[in-house]
Amino acid sequence: MPDTLTPVLTANWADERSWTLDAYTRRGGYAALDKAFAMSPDDVIELVKASGLRGRGGAGFPTGTKWSFIPQDNPRPKYLVVNADESEPGTCKDIPMMMATPHTLIEGVIIASYAIRSHTAFIYVRGEVLHVIRRLQNAVREAYAAGHLGQNIHGTGYDLDLVVHAGAGAYICGEETALLDSLEGYRGQPRLRPPFPAVAGLYASPTVVNNAESIASVPSIVNNGAAWFASMGTESEKGKSAGFGIFSLSGHVKRPGQYEAPLGITLRELIDLAGGIREGHELKFWTPGGSSTPIFTAAQLDTPLDFESVAAAGSMLGTRALQIFDDTTCVVRAVLRWTEFYAHESCGKCTPCREGTGWMVQVLQHLEAGTGREQDLALLLDQCDNILGKAFCALGDGATSPVTSSIQYFRAEYLAHLTNGGCPFDPAASTLFGAVPA
Amino acid sequence: MITDDVVAELREIAARYPQPRSGLLPMLHLVQSHEGYISADGMAACGDVLGITPAEVKAVASFYSMYKHHPVGDYLVGVCTNTLCAVMGGDAILERLKDHLEVGTDPHGEGSTTADGKITLEHIECNAACDYAPVVMVNWEFLDNQTPESAVQFVDDLRSGREVSSTRGPKICTWRQAERVLAGFDDGLADEGPSAGPASLVGLEIARQNGWAAPAASGASDGVPSA
Repeated sequence: MPDTLTPVLTANWADERSWTLDAYTRRGGYAALDKAFAMSPDDVIELVKASGLRGRGGAGFPTGTKWSFIPQDNPRPKYLVVNADESEPGTCKDIPMMMATPHTLIEGVIIASYAIRSHTAFIYVRGEVLHVIRRLQNAVREAYAAGHLGQNIHGTGYDLDLVVHAGAGAYICGEETALLDSLEGYRGQPRLRPPFPAVAGLYASPTVVNNAESIASVPSIVNNGAAWFASMGTESEKGKSAGFGIFSLSGHVKRPGQYEAPLGITLRELIDLAGGIREGHELKFWTPGGSSTPIFTAAQLDTPLDFESVAAAGSMLGTRALQIFDDTTCVVRAVLRWTEFYAHESCGKCTPCREGTGWMVQVLQHLEAGTGREQDLALLLDQCDNILGKAFCALGDGATSPVTSSIQYFRAEYLAHLTNGGCPFDPAASTLFGAVPA
Repeated sequence: MITDDVVAELREIAARYPQPRSGLLPMLHLVQSHEGYISADGMAACGDVLGITPAEVKAVASFYSMYKHHPVGDYLVGVCTNTLCAVMGGDAILERLKDHLEVGTDPHGEGSTTADGKITLEHIECNAACDYAPVVMVNWEFLDNQTPESAVQFVDDLRSGREVSSTRGPKICTWRQAERVLAGFDDGLADEGPSAGPASLVGLEIARQNGWAAPAASGASDGVPSA
C-alpha cells in the first residue's frame, strides 16, 4: 500500500533554484533519457503502455496507446505537441510544475518524441503566464547548450528541435484540434474528427497531443519502471487508474494547494490534509475535475478519485481540480458565473454551443435576480439537452455539467431565489476578507 | 512604428517554425510590444511577411483575448472573476479597483484605461492559480492572495512609479516589455523569483513531515525513485 501522498513530479519543487539545469541534473535529471535511448522506440511505447499511464489533461486516454497510433509508414514528419494551455477553471497543476521544474517536462518531451520518431516538438503554453514562459524558454536554451536537444543528442544520432509557443488567450485552445489550428496560426477552432491528430494533426501530419503532466510523468516511468508506476493507483473490474497525479485543492479549505497522491485518494482524506474546511463552515459543493465536470456534494466525500469511481458517481475525474465551496456560497451565482465563462469562450463554430450557452446565461441571470419562473429550470435542462453531444468538441458538453448537476442537487436553492425575490446569500460572507467596508 | 528592424524580428519569429504561418500568434505579440496594441500597420506587416491578406491576419487577431485593438496602459491589471476567485473576493476587488481608478465603463470590452494612461483594468477568466485565490494578474505576472486593500496599494504604487514585484516572479515590467517575451525574445529574468509559492508546496511539506514518499523503484540502488 503506497503512502497517502507520493511526491514525484512535485518532489523537487522546494529545491534551491529547482528550475535550473544544474539543480535538475543534481537530482539525477536527464538520466532517463539515456535509459530510453538504450531502448528501441517501440519498446519505450510498450513501457509507457505497460505502466497504465492515462492522459492527465482530463480525458484519461492511455498515453502509450495514443503514441502507438502514429502510423510509422506515413512518410510525413511526425510531431509531438504538449498541451500546456491549462485554462479549465479550477485547474492549476501544470503552471506551478512548469515554473518549478521545466526540465522534467523537457526530458519527457525528448523521450516521447524519440518514441514516436518525431524531430520537431512544441510546448503550447497559454500566453497569460509570463514567468512560466520565461522559465520554459530558459530551460530549452539550457537543454540545447547541454546537448539534450538539437543535433545528435547524447551521441545517438537522434535529432530534436523544441519550440516554446505562447498562446494568446482562448480557453478553447486547450481542446487538442483547436490547439493545432491555433499552432498553425489560425483562429483556435476545433476540427471534425476523424481524422484524429495521430493520422492528420499539425500540418496534416501524424501528431501526438499530450497534456503537460502526462509528458512530465514519463521520465519517472522510464527511471523506475512500469510496475513501479502501476503499484500506485486503483484497479477494479471497470478498469485501471494507475499511478500518481497532482490534486489541486482550492477554495474554502484551510490549506489550499497542490497534493500529489496515488489516484484513488478521496476528498475526505485531502480535506483532512488541508486542515479542514475553513473555521465555522461546512462543505457544500465541489468540482472533482474542473468546472466542466458535474459538481458533487458531501455525499461523494468518500468516492475514490480515480477515473472509474468518479464516473460511476456521475461525474469525471477531469484534471483533479478540486474547487471547494462552503455553505456561504450561492450555487446559482457559481453556476451563472461558470456559464458566462463558457458563453464567452465558445469559439462560435457550432450553433448549439454558441447560441445555447448565451441563452443559458440569460435564464440563469433571471433566476439569480429572482425574476425568473419555476419553469425556467425545465427550460435550462432543455437547453442543456440541445447542447450536450451536439457540437464538435467538449466545450458545450462541459457547459451543461454545472447546470444539470446543480439542478439535481440544489433545486430548492434555485427556487428560494424566486420566493426570496433575489439571492438569499451575502456574497461578502464567502470572501476570505469578510464584509467589505463601503 | 513598424520599422525595418521590427519586420526583421517578425521574419525571425516565422523562421522558428516548419511552416511560417505558425509564427502568427507570437508575431502579433511582437506587434503589441512595439505598437502598444494591434495596429493596422502591424497587421499589414504580419500579412506581408507571411504572404496572407490583412483580413486573414485580423480574423486571427480578433479571436484571442490577449490581443488589444485599442492602446493599453503601461500596466494591464486583470482581476480573476471566474467562479472560484469571484466567490473568494475577486468580485469585491474588481469593484474596488473600478471605483478607485475611476474607470467604470469598458467601451470596447477589452479593459478600460486610466486618464494618465498608466493602468488598464479588465476582468479575466481562470488563470490557473486557484490555490492562491483571489488572484490578480499584472502584465501576466501573478499577484497572489489579494484583498481590495492590497490591490489598491499595488495600483497606487504602479501609478507613482514605485517598484512592484510579482508574488512568484520578478519586478513587474511594462506591458510592452512583457509582450516581447511572449513573442519569444529573452529578457534575462527567468532566474528571478522563487521555485514555487507556498500553496504549491503544501502537499510536499506534509509528505515530508509524515515521511511519506513514492514507493522505492524495484532495483533502484538508493531505494529512492527519481523524478
